[in-house]
Amino acid sequence: MKIGLLVNEGPYNHQAADTAYQFARAALAKGHEIPRVFFYHDGVNNASKLTEPPQDDRNVVNRWSKLAAEKGIDLVVCVAAGLRRGLVEDNLAPGFRISGLGQLVETGIESDRLVVFGD
Amino acid sequence: MTQAADTAEHGQDAQSVVKKFMFVNRKAPYGTIYALEGLEVVLISAAFDQDVSLAFLDDGVYQLVKGQQTKALEVKNFSPTYRALEGYDVEKLYVERESLEARGLREDQLLVPVQVVGAAEMAALMDSQDVVIGF
Amino acid sequence: MLHIVNKSPYERNSLASCLAHTAAGAAVILIEDAVYAATRGNSAEAAIRKALESLPVYALAPDLEARGMQGSVIDGVKVVDFGGFVDLVAEHRTSQSWL
Repeated sequence: MKIGLLVNEGPYNHQAADTAYQFARAALAKGHEIPRVFFYHDGVNNASKLTEPPQDDRNVVNRWSKLAAEKGIDLVVCVAAGLRRGLVEDNLAPGFRISGLGQLVETGIESDRLVVFGD
Repeated sequence: MTQAADTAEHGQDAQSVVKKFMFVNRKAPYGTIYALEGLEVVLISAAFDQDVSLAFLDDGVYQLVKGQQTKALEVKNFSPTYRALEGYDVEKLYVERESLEARGLREDQLLVPVQVVGAAEMAALMDSQDVVIGF
Repeated sequence: MLHIVNKSPYERNSLASCLAHTAAGAAVILIEDAVYAATRGNSAEAAIRKALESLPVYALAPDLEARGMQGSVIDGVKVVDFGGFVDLVAEHRTSQSWL
């Protein structure tokens, strides 16, 4: 099954990004496809290459980049939400790309399921 | 495949399918960004010719209250956008009766024509959707 | 429909609102801070017990364990892991997150 994800909150502040990541891993382990994770509202902060969390805890941004590289998942940051929050091409972590809200709607159309993670 | 070609091909596939999308609004305006940014998704969705409806319940009903004046707060008053939805063929706005009543609001205090529905009907509407997005 | 609730019933009304909007065939999964609603003695216990009369209620194990509440789950609430969460999403035609 194709399961699309929407992440509405940034790393660390809310659990949403963690839950989404764990969900994605479990879905892939079960043989499902995660075609895209769309990041909206403060979720765009999941794409910042500038984060330097303490070494003894998970690195949320790097985890997404790694997952994208290993499993070919499309990580999309909303351009408008990104601009509002200072998330632009220059500070994008590997594996993320910036695109329009249309990609979220497309994910809804093309996936079998869309799961929303937020506050 | 180039991104442009990829978008064109997927755009075409995407548009031959019509799904029922419901955008669920449960938060008040201005205290958080969800109302405003949620509306932006709705406007974009109009371009995809999907079967779009909006649900307003809990504090989401406050988004539709007439007479919002944001000058003193120095933030953008985005409430006129709800009136523009009709022009985008987004006409199914469902507002929950119980949420209005719990807040002492009447339908005539809202800035756009809506369909007021009870919780049971709202539940049935939600259940009939293909995609439900809350913010 | 799979209803996903993630906030504590003491913090927000999302669980109450969710339970007022379930239709036939619905299931509810409690994740993140909402797992507190699945524990004995909490303010939502009666509402959860009532819901269990007509629909299945699940709670996410990793969230219960992180919060040290794994020993207090209300009888009848089914504890699942992330794999179980995925299965629920696949099983139900749609999901709705009550944020």
